[in-house]
Amino acid sequence: MIKVINPGLQTTIQDYGRIGFYEVGMPPSGAMDKYSYRASNLLVGNDENAAVLEITYMGPVLEFQQDVTVAIAGGEIPPKINDQYVPMWETLEVKAGDVLSFDFVKQGARVYLAVAGGIEVPLIMESRSTYTLCGIGGFEGRPLQAEDHLKIGNANQSKIAIGTRISDELIPVFSKTNEIRVVVGLCSYRLTEESKKRFFSIDWTVTTEANRVGYRFKGERLNFVEREQPFGAGSNPSNVVDLGYPIGSIQVPDGVEPIALLNDAVTGGGYATICTIISTDLDKMAQIKTNEKVRFVAVDINEALEARKLYKDKINQMKKQVLGQIGGINHG
Amino acid sequence: MTRYEYGGDEFIFVELAEAMSLETNFKAMAITKALREKKVSGILDICPSNASYMIRFNPDLIHPDDLISKLKELEQDVTLENFEITARAVDVPILFEDPWTHEALMRFRDRHQDPTSTDIEYVAHTNGFQSKEDLIKSITDAPYLVSMIGFVPGLPWCYQMVPNEKQIEAPKYVRPRTYTPERAFGFGGSFAVIYPVQGAGGYQLFGTAAAPIFEKEQRLHDFKESMTFPRQGDVFRYRSISMEEYEDIRKQVENGEFRYLTKDITFKPKDVLENPNAFSESVIRRLYA
Repeated sequence: MIKVINPGLQTTIQDYGRIGFYEVGMPPSGAMDKYSYRASNLLVGNDENAAVLEITYMGPVLEFQQDVTVAIAGGEIPPKINDQYVPMWETLEVKAGDVLSFDFVKQGARVYLAVAGGIEVPLIMESRSTYTLCGIGGFEGRPLQAEDHLKIGNANQSKIAIGTRISDELIPVFSKTNEIRVVVGLCSYRLTEESKKRFFSIDWTVTTEANRVGYRFKGERLNFVEREQPFGAGSNPSNVVDLGYPIGSIQVPDGVEPIALLNDAVTGGGYATICTIISTDLDKMAQIKTNEKVRFVAVDINEALEARKLYKDKINQMKKQVLGQIGGINHG
Repeated sequence: MTRYEYGGDEFIFVELAEAMSLETNFKAMAITKALREKKVSGILDICPSNASYMIRFNPDLIHPDDLISKLKELEQDVTLENFEITARAVDVPILFEDPWTHEALMRFRDRHQDPTSTDIEYVAHTNGFQSKEDLIKSITDAPYLVSMIGFVPGLPWCYQMVPNEKQIEAPKYVRPRTYTPERAFGFGGSFAVIYPVQGAGGYQLFGTAAAPIFEKEQRLHDFKESMTFPRQGDVFRYRSISMEEYEDIRKQVENGEFRYLTKDITFKPKDVLENPNAFSESVIRRLYA
């Protein structure tokens, strides 16, 4: 068991996500930075979909009530065991009675804590991920609170030696100015050519509305092509007949403040979507904080697929590094 | 002209038309149903929407351009000629002008087109009805097709099965509300919706549904298989109820006994399009028989 002494700002249980229920309006939830999530699970020998803690901005204080292997990966929110700094991106050992806490966030926004065996909570629609809006999944459908006791499961496949590390070149570097790649499309025909250009040529500032549902940006007003609104769309020029929103899609309600929809977002609605963040850059988006800057960069589908391939290569290298040490493990 | 668009590297969005119509919605249903039956490997989600549909896929298993080719072929092959929908006709009790949505809409008058009236008065006026009672009559006279599910789990977008000239249209709030009560019955664009859970929202608020459409505990009979009740293709008849009936239904919900009045129906979109009035009447007859 792990006892929550202080829950931090927002700590939730997440796994790979609740995939396959988009049709009924169920967003995937799941770890927002999948790369760091995968790294943390790998380092404790868990299977790829094991549940971990996603920690946001301010870390929790946790007391371990049993000996267990853990790993912490993601944004730089420096972890301490019994007040001694311990490395991230490395397999660590904790003993019963040890207290894990975190220092102030230095870079990034979210960090993942995996324990060997995974966090054990009931599967809801095939996932342990917390979706707070509807109060399902995770620990009673909500972020952790003080006095919660977390059970450790048996989702580990292999034993990883203490001190196993992800090498530096595979550790992402987080920054306060970011390029996020998007594929233009969906209802981008609604924006004027001028506004499309402006969208890609200014630095957007992340507002205080930046959470698991989505990120809202400040910059300048964008304009829509004038038209007589089609039947059923609603009267605002940013309205369309309600449609599905891809994860990572960006909309600009009323032309003011673009919103990027993320893991816990609404699955559809009546605003024109103009582009979609490519899957690999969703991880980066998850590590950006309020007041940091984002520049959107348009890529085509082939560049997006190429980025995806490079990303998979990195994950495979990470797997080789970690699992190679125990003599070649079964999955690739 | 259909638009095939990439939604990043994991989604394809297909806009069949910019405007809403029953015909377009039926077409989206027919294409997505045919796609489902094909069991194409690499497809994760098939999400039919109002006048469009969206696919989530794994590009490691199927290249987006190959998927688009398949979808284009399907669009050519699928016709509404023999397409049949098997669904449920459902009686959905609504308390119009209830105290809870009234409280919510009064809190957000500064975000509304007409701060001096209520949402239902405003929409009655902009649609040329003599009174709000006439608007309620028009909403409850003919059933609605559940044309899309989404936004949050289980929210049904419902499009009335009436000729175009009888469709009701309403703008969405100028700025969305930050609060909408659970089970609020709203109207925006040409769609009636029920908000499954409390949250933000921009549709005009007319009333409250007595029974839930989302139940995470899955206690009620209608939720044993799924936390969400509505399914695309269902035909909802919104029925205006009194406060007494509302309170009675709430009691049934609380003690776990409530069940929606439903009838299984099979219908051809072609028949609906040819004579929506006749179809609506037959559904209502069957539902309350």
